[in-house]
Amino acid sequence: MSAVIGISFGNTSSSIAVATQDGKVDVIANPDGDRAIPSVLSYVGADEYHGAQAKAQLIRNPKNTIINFRDLIGKNFDDADVSGSKYGAPAVKLDDGKIGYQITRDNGNIETVTVAEATKRHMLQMKVAAEDYIGKKVEGVVITVPTDFHAHQREELTKIVNDAGLKVLQMINEPSAALLAHLSAEESRLTEDKLYVVADFGGVRSDAAVIAARGGVFTILATAHKHGLGGDLLDDALAEYFAKEFEKKKKTNPRTNARSLAKLKAESITVKKTLSNVQTSTCSIDSLAEGFDFHTTINRLRYELTARLVLSDMTSFIELVVTKAGLENLDIDEVLLVGGTSHTPKLASNVSFVFPESTVIVSPALDSKALNPEELVCRGAALQASMVESFDEEEIKESLQPVVVNTQHLSKSIGIKDAEGNFTPILVAETAYPIKKSIEVTNGSSTSVVIDLYEGHRTVKETVIEAEKYSDDEEDDYSDEEPEVKKEIVYVPGTLLAQLPIKDLKPNSKLEVIVNITHDGTLHVSGRELKQGSVAVKGEIQA
Amino acid sequence: MTATLPQLPSGIDSFKVVSKYSEPVRRPVEPVGRYFLAHASRIMRGHTWSEYEKLEAERNVKQVELDNDDDIGDEEQDEELLEHDPREWKTADLYAVLGLSKLRYRATEDQVRRAHRKLVLKHHPDKKSASGGLDQDGFFKIIQKAFEVMMDPVKRRQYDSVDTNADVVPPPAKSKYDFFEAWGPVFASEARFSKKQPVPLLGTLESSKEEVDAFYAFWGKFDSWKTFEFKDEDVPDDTANRDHKRYIERKNVSNRKKLKQEDNKRIIDLVERAYSEDPRIKLFKDAAKKEKERKKWEREAGSRKAAEEAAAKKAAEEEAAKKAAEEAASSKVNAKKAKEAAKAAKKKNKRAIRGSAKEADYFGDAGKSADIEADIDTIIEKLDDVQLGSVAGKVNGANADSVKQVISETASELIGAGKLEKSYLKYF
Repeated sequence: MSAVIGISFGNTSSSIAVATQDGKVDVIANPDGDRAIPSVLSYVGADEYHGAQAKAQLIRNPKNTIINFRDLIGKNFDDADVSGSKYGAPAVKLDDGKIGYQITRDNGNIETVTVAEATKRHMLQMKVAAEDYIGKKVEGVVITVPTDFHAHQREELTKIVNDAGLKVLQMINEPSAALLAHLSAEESRLTEDKLYVVADFGGVRSDAAVIAARGGVFTILATAHKHGLGGDLLDDALAEYFAKEFEKKKKTNPRTNARSLAKLKAESITVKKTLSNVQTSTCSIDSLAEGFDFHTTINRLRYELTARLVLSDMTSFIELVVTKAGLENLDIDEVLLVGGTSHTPKLASNVSFVFPESTVIVSPALDSKALNPEELVCRGAALQASMVESFDEEEIKESLQPVVVNTQHLSKSIGIKDAEGNFTPILVAETAYPIKKSIEVTNGSSTSVVIDLYEGHRTVKETVIEAEKYSDDEEDDYSDEEPEVKKEIVYVPGTLLAQLPIKDLKPNSKLEVIVNITHDGTLHVSGRELKQGSVAVKGEIQA
Repeated sequence: MTATLPQLPSGIDSFKVVSKYSEPVRRPVEPVGRYFLAHASRIMRGHTWSEYEKLEAERNVKQVELDNDDDIGDEEQDEELLEHDPREWKTADLYAVLGLSKLRYRATEDQVRRAHRKLVLKHHPDKKSASGGLDQDGFFKIIQKAFEVMMDPVKRRQYDSVDTNADVVPPPAKSKYDFFEAWGPVFASEARFSKKQPVPLLGTLESSKEEVDAFYAFWGKFDSWKTFEFKDEDVPDDTANRDHKRYIERKNVSNRKKLKQEDNKRIIDLVERAYSEDPRIKLFKDAAKKEKERKKWEREAGSRKAAEEAAAKKAAEEEAAKKAAEEAASSKVNAKKAKEAAKAAKKKNKRAIRGSAKEADYFGDAGKSADIEADIDTIIEKLDDVQLGSVAGKVNGANADSVKQVISETASELIGAGKLEKSYLKYF
C-alpha cells in the first residue's frame, strides 16, 4: 500500500496534507510538531537541520542556513532576485550560471549546495515526515506552484521532486488549490457560480488571482504578483518598533549587530502571531544588545498602527488584481485570504472595507469556522491527489492537454426576459463550454408565452440611502455628509438572441427552460411544460 | 422565486433566431477538482450532456448495489443455539450467534458492529423480561461474549483458527467427483490461514505445468498462522493453588503444540491427497513419458539412420555384384558366340573368295588354277576380317572380270600397304 499526499511548497514554509478515506483532509505535522514547516535547511558540521530547527539557526549560524530558495528554482543567477537570502546563506553564482550556496561543513570543508539540491533535501525531509505520519510509503504527490512559475521552472521542480523519490502526479496552481480546499469544505459550495479573489500573502511575496468558479470548474481571469510584499515586512516593522523602544530605554542601537537583528526578528514573528489571536503580547529578549535584556508589551492597536503601511499595500494589491481582470470590486462574490499573513485581523478588516457588504471575506479573523489560511493550499493539493490517484499517468497527461484545458468561455451572460422586463440569467459569463443549465419558470395567467433569449448587459445600479433624520436637530453637521450610495450590479436585457414560443398552456403551469451550449459552440434552447408527456419546443443558434 | 414569462406577442409562430451571441473567449480552465475531471472526460470522450448523465447514473447504481448489505445480522438463530448454556459459550458457533454465519471470517468490523447492534436490540434482557420470560439473558451473554471476541483482532484470529464451520470439507475418498469443483473451494478456504498472501489457487485443467508446480510447491511448505489458544482450558487464578495453575498452563501449551502439529499434518495430508488425485499431474506425467519416448526416438535417430544406410548400401552392393556376375556370364557366352560367328563369317568369306575364282572359271585360265588358288590363299591369309567381308561382298555374284579385278586390286592394295610381297604372287 502506498499513499498520495499534497504538498504546498512555499518560500517561507511548506506544508503536507493527506486526504483520508472519508473525504477529510489531515494536515501533517513534522516530527517537531509543525504543520507549517519552515522551508529552511541549516548545516552545522556534519548535521543537517530542517524546518523550525533550521530556522532557529538563523540567529547563530546564518551563513550556513539556506532560506527562500523556492523562487530560485530553474533560474539563472543573472536574472533572479536573490535578495531573499540576505538573512541566510548568501546565494552565489555557480559556474553554469545557476544559483548555489557555499556551506561550511565539518573540518571547514566548503560544500556547494545548488538550489536544486537544497530543494531535493527539503523534499526528502517532507517525505520522511509524511511517511512517519501516515505509516505507509508515499509515492505520489500533487505539488502546488504560484501561477507565475513558468514552464521551465515547473519542469525543473518536477525533476527535483522525482529525484527525491516522489512521483509528481500533477502540478497545480496555488490559488486554485486554495479555492478547491475552501469550496470542498461544504458540498453545496462547489457548484455555485461565483467570482472569487484568492489573495495569498506569504512571507516574502504576495500573489492574487481572480477566479471564476462555474459549476465547479475554475477559470483564472487575472493574476498579480508582488515580490517583497509579505509577512516579512510586518516582522520588519515590528522589529523596527522594538528597536526604537530599546534604543530609547538603553541608549544602544541593536540594529548594528546582525545577531541582535536576528533575535529581534525571531521575537517579532512570535509577537506577530500572538497578536493575531489576542489583544496584547509581551516581547522579551535576553541579551539583545551589549548584554541588555529587553522586555516590553505591545497591544494589537499599536501593532496595527506600526504595520499600517504594509497592510494598506496589501489591500491595494487585492484591488489591483480586480482591476486587472477588468472587473470592479462589486463583481467579486468572495475574497479568500490565504497564507500565514492572512491570520492578521487588521488585514481582513481592511479588505472588508474596500469591498461592498455583499462580498464575503473568508479569513479566520472574521469567521472562526474558516479553515486555517496557511493550510488551504496543501489541503487543496491533497484533495486533488486523492482524486487523480486512481488515474494512470497517461490519463492525467491526456486530460491536461491544451485541447482539454483551453476551453471557450462564454463572454456575456445569457438569460431570459420575464414579464416585467427584468433579465433572469441562465448562463453566466465566463462559463466554460460545454454548458447545460435549466431554470423553472411559470407562464402566469397567459396561455401562450414566449421565451425571449437575451444576452445580459451589466449595469451598476446606484441607490442612495438617505441618512437617517434625527428628530432632534442637535447636530446639523451630519446632514452635510455625503449620502451613502449603495451600488449593486444589475443585468438588463441586452441583445435579443432568439424567441421561442410556447403555446396552449393552462394558467400557472410550471415550465422548464433549458439552455445548452455544446463544445463546438452551438446553442440549443428548449422549453417544455413540466408534466408527463409534454413535448419540448426546441431551437438552436449556430456559433 | 420563479420568473413569469411574458405573454406571446402576435407574429411569432415558431422559433426565431434574431442574432448571434457574443464571441466566446478562449481561456485555460484550472485542472483541479472533480468537476474538472468530469469536464475533461466529457471533452475527451466527446460525450454529450445526456450521455454523460447516463454514465454517471450507471456508476451511482453500482455503488448502491455494493452497499446493499442492510440485512446483516437478520439471520434467525435456531432453538438449540438460543438455549445454549452461556457458561459453555466457547462451544457455540459465535458467528451464528451474531447472525453472520454466511460471512464468517469475511465479515468486516463494521458489519460485526451492525449485526451486534441489531441483535442486542432483539435479545436484550430488558426486552425479554418485558415479554414475560424471566432469567432469559443466557443468549444475550453469549452475544456479548461473541462481540467481545470479534472486536479484538487477536481473539478473533484465535477464534477464526478453530472455526471449523468455515472450513470446506474435502470430498470423501474413493467417491466420484469433479476434482476442480470439489478441491478448489477447499484450498480457497484454507488459503485464509496463510501467512504469505496471495496464495496460489488450484486453477483449472488448463493450468500450465509451472502454475501447478508452483501451487503444490507453495502448499507443500504451507505456513499457517493458526493458533489454538481458543481451545485452552480456563486457567484458575493462583490464589487457590499455584501448582495446579502452572500445571494447567503447561497442559495448555502442550495441547496447543499438539493441535498445531495435527493441523499441519492435516494440511500435508490434504495436499498429498490432492496431488495424488490431480488429473493434471497424471496428464503431465503422461506428457512427460511421451516426451521422453519422443526424445529417445530422436536421440536414436542418427544411429538408426546409419544402420539403415549401411543395410541399403550392402543390398545395393550385393545387387551390383550379382548383376556384374550375370553380365559377365552372359558376355562370355556372347563373346564366344560372336567369336564363333565371326569365325564362321570369316570361313564363309574365305570360302566365298576362294570359290569366286573357281566360279569365274579361273578367269579363263583354268591351266593356272593351282597358281590362282595359291595366290588367293596367300591374299586371304593377309586380309583382315573387314577387308575379307568387303572383298567377299564384292566377289559374291560378280562376273569373272570384276572378280579378277577385285582380287587384283586387293592384291595391289596389300602390296601397297606392305603386307604382301609381289614376288609371292604368281598369277596376280
